[in-house]
Amino acid sequence: MATAAETAPASHAARTPALSLRGASKTFGPVIALADGTIEILPGEIHALVGENGAGKSTLVKILAGVHSPDGGEFLVEGKPAHFRNVSESKAAGISVIYQEPTLFPDLTVAENIFIGRQPKGRAGLISRGEMRRRAAELFTTLGVPIDPDRIADGLSIADQQIIEIAKAISLDANVLVMDEPTAALSGVEVERLFTVARALREKGAGILFISHRFEEVFGLSDRITVMRDGRYIQVHNTAEVTVPAIVKEMVGRELGDLFPKQDAEIGDVVLKVDGLNSIGTFTGIDFEIRAGEIVALSGLVGAGRTEVARAVFGIDPYDSGSVSIGGAALKAHSPRDAIAAGIGFVPEDRRKQGLVLDLSVARNVTLTLRHSLARFGIISGRRERAAAEDWSQRLQVKTGSQELPVSTLSGGNQQKVVLAKWLATDPKLLIVDEPTRGIDVGTKAEVHRLISDLAGRGIAILMISSELPEVLGMADRVLVMHEGRITAELSRADATAERVMQAATGSREALHLDLTDEELSTELEAGK
Amino acid sequence: MSTVTHAPAVPRSNALKRFFTAREIPVAGALIALILVTYIINPRFLSPQSTKDLMLNATIMVILAVAQALVIITRNVDLSVGAILGLVAFGTGTVFDMFPTIPLVLVFVIGMIFGGLLGSINGMLVTSAKVPALVITLGTLYIFRGVLSSWAGSKQFFSGDNPKAFGNLSVDTLIGIPIITIIAVVITVAVAMFMSSVRSGRDLYAIGSEPDAARLFGIPVGGRVLSAFIACGALTGLAGVLYASRYNSVGALTGSGIELDVVAAVVVGGVAIFGGSGTVAGAAIGAVLLSTITGALTATRVDKFWQQAIVGVLILAAIIIDRVVSLRRARKLRVNEAKDV
Repeated sequence: MATAAETAPASHAARTPALSLRGASKTFGPVIALADGTIEILPGEIHALVGENGAGKSTLVKILAGVHSPDGGEFLVEGKPAHFRNVSESKAAGISVIYQEPTLFPDLTVAENIFIGRQPKGRAGLISRGEMRRRAAELFTTLGVPIDPDRIADGLSIADQQIIEIAKAISLDANVLVMDEPTAALSGVEVERLFTVARALREKGAGILFISHRFEEVFGLSDRITVMRDGRYIQVHNTAEVTVPAIVKEMVGRELGDLFPKQDAEIGDVVLKVDGLNSIGTFTGIDFEIRAGEIVALSGLVGAGRTEVARAVFGIDPYDSGSVSIGGAALKAHSPRDAIAAGIGFVPEDRRKQGLVLDLSVARNVTLTLRHSLARFGIISGRRERAAAEDWSQRLQVKTGSQELPVSTLSGGNQQKVVLAKWLATDPKLLIVDEPTRGIDVGTKAEVHRLISDLAGRGIAILMISSELPEVLGMADRVLVMHEGRITAELSRADATAERVMQAATGSREALHLDLTDEELSTELEAGK
Repeated sequence: MSTVTHAPAVPRSNALKRFFTAREIPVAGALIALILVTYIINPRFLSPQSTKDLMLNATIMVILAVAQALVIITRNVDLSVGAILGLVAFGTGTVFDMFPTIPLVLVFVIGMIFGGLLGSINGMLVTSAKVPALVITLGTLYIFRGVLSSWAGSKQFFSGDNPKAFGNLSVDTLIGIPIITIIAVVITVAVAMFMSSVRSGRDLYAIGSEPDAARLFGIPVGGRVLSAFIACGALTGLAGVLYASRYNSVGALTGSGIELDVVAAVVVGGVAIFGGSGTVAGAAIGAVLLSTITGALTATRVDKFWQQAIVGVLILAAIIIDRVVSLRRARKLRVNEAKDV
């Protein structure tokens, strides 16, 4: 993955850029979201855009998409000036965008989500559902994913939602495909497949803009890299001629030390014990323990059942058999209230929907879990609420103008810190963190890691679900790998290597069937199907 | 790399299964059960005259429910329909009063344009003010009703004032079905086709399902919502004209309180109150169900007092059934997908 791009662009000057933006600016009231947005995407190139959160990448994407119109600067599409007033106009110009957060219609079918607004027509100009379904199925075959085009989008995992976004973008047959962190929710196999598709589109002459916080992806996929910092264009590089440290330095404007600073912590008594947990159709036979001060990573592909196990432990979802106990005392199943009372905190994967009340202030969000201790005679004192919030925000270095601002105004990293603060304020024994750094930039990522490591140092047991291997390997004392609803490997920090984790996660032969020959393996697999 | 070899099987849509899992089925079932039970208790319930009355009573509600469903599917609501209906019905009487020889078609056109204009006021306020439609249309409900009160005063138009041919629309039948009922059925079918198979109709579902996503996707959200309100107003206007044909008198109070019955019919018919799902056919069936209950209770000599309570129970039942069905579906999907991988 970490090799340089196979085809370095030969000569950039010779081709008309599919899209070129120079010196674009955009302000929202007093906030300068973009000071100098500059990027050039050639036909047949994969161009990566990197920068910390708040660097202006998303604003730049929204200008390309026609969501925002720039206040200044030059914008050319195929060499001609472009002034998009809305999304339809940018689409008509051949620009297709996959946004960071999936934007599906939960009540519509998967097929309709892909084709809404341009459904294939059949007799009498009416929509042909059969044709729509067939085309959606074709797209999924290309992407190699088994998603039923007829199911409604509600309840799809974030990874599947992201795949549908990708299918939607591909089906537009765009000249320029913009992917704003398409891989944030995907893991291993799915990312690889997306890249195969991206490379195929490049062969066909499409220009692709790829935004990611994962360097191995940026370096594995892109031909050129544009770096942004603080709303400004910094530099563009040929991927083959640049290194990760050089890029990181340009992104943050300073040298970064270790990205994943897990400090050694004293390992104490068993805090969480999960015994024979089963949920039909989701996971089977889940046994594990976590001790005080220990970080245990739950690794595996998206859809392996990691989040589901965490949700069952926290009592959100019911399970069919097995038990969960904290400090020796069994927890009532299906009762988050009981779980919180026993000292479990849960930082969910989808923090915007499940972790935060976006419209409430930072202070309210931090103190949500504290309502009882802050209240006197059932009435919460505003002063005490602010004091508690102030205290926690400072400890976690949440960057906000005011405690009274809605939490939706914060960057992703700072939102995550608010979620962490919310749970830390309850003084938990066990903290479950699901994809703690999804969509968070490098600088804040390291801060989140340092925070989690600190917490472990203070004797909190941590269960971390993560799809990012470097995060798993860098942070975890122990790695549990799940595959298709089962734990297929348990690796100590010393034993955990990227290869071993991936093998166990994909259920490949080396991990599961060490002693089988090829023939035996194929019979085994047949029988399993 | 287990999923590499797993080409997605192209799933065939099972028309029969789809039919029976549709949200309209429980409502239609309840309607059929209601009719059968009432018929067993009192066979005269389905005598030709009584059947015709049932259809006539349902007609106006069906049109109103279809109109309202258009708006509710976009995650809005129009509470002013009772007042719009009253204004158009009274307007129809006024038109006949002034031009007794006016062609009937023209009266319908005027009524629909009048309703459409009133709907466009709602639509423009909702799309420009960014205040929930519930509040806006509650306001326009009172405004429209106020306008009607001062316009009508104590004046009433009686069916005798209208041309005979106009009143006959609600009397004459074609193969046993009243003309105005046929109009309602045609409208239901046309709107249902539009909503299921025309792109702009599907856009309405998308908007109701997730307005932000619709905007990002380039769907002209404001324009579509405005059109839905105009269409709702125009169809309500049509219902207003038919109201003047069907009922004996129209005046300042015509259509009072009907908006809640309409919303109830739409919800009972399986349209989600927060938009995005349900069908106009379902809304129409919901309207027939609610209006048939009244007839059924009379036929079985149940105290009329119970009627409203029963409607309330039906609304709750509709919501609970819907919820249970979707939870079960979600669980089934989960189990199936687990087997698939």
